[in-house]
Amino acid sequence: MSLVNERVHKQENREKYCRFKKSGIKYIDYKDGNFLLKFVNEQGKILPRRLTGTSLKFQRKVSQAVARARHLAILPYVTDSLK
Amino acid sequence: MELRNYETVFILTPLLNETQMQETVEKFREVLKENGAEVIHEENWGLRKLAYPIQKKSTGFYHLIEFKAPTNVVDALELVYRRDEKVVRFLTTALDKHAVAYNERRRNGEFKSQAKKEEVKG
Repeated sequence: MSLVNERVHKQENREKYCRFKKSGIKYIDYKDGNFLLKFVNEQGKILPRRLTGTSLKFQRKVSQAVARARHLAILPYVTDSLK
Repeated sequence: MELRNYETVFILTPLLNETQMQETVEKFREVLKENGAEVIHEENWGLRKLAYPIQKKSTGFYHLIEFKAPTNVVDALELVYRRDEKVVRFLTTALDKHAVAYNERRRNGEFKSQAKKEEVKG
């Protein structure tokens, strides 16, 4: 028995990938609010690339789409419980 | 002049009745036609809940028009939007080739299953 505690969260080494590149999506629709929900947190803030794994090229498009959806009241600017 | 692809979505006040709404939409359609635009697709999303209140209203009539037009049309259309009190919000976007391809697939009902879920929720 070792005296060192076992790590509680064993790190999984899962590769990050960009879902747009992987599945061949080329256009992100700002009218599809449900889809855009994947890229915002509960307060409606846009999630960073380091969490979603989106490539820079598509992160720009995601943020543009979210901005448009917010303007058209498809997504909120701020809330407490979005999901 | 060369035609470009555009798409415009606008929200009308929920205070209108059916005929008033149709008339307003017709007015915008006329503006497009007068300026030499070619309407490709139109969609009426009906009364939908807004994600946040605009002008103290929590619902609105959404309408989508996809069109091909010379570049000066957008200014003319947006001027009419701004002058009309019934319009709560509007957004006009230029479409690139990927967006055009996407919209065509959308029109053919490839993403219908997602859209249906949305309707149920709304």
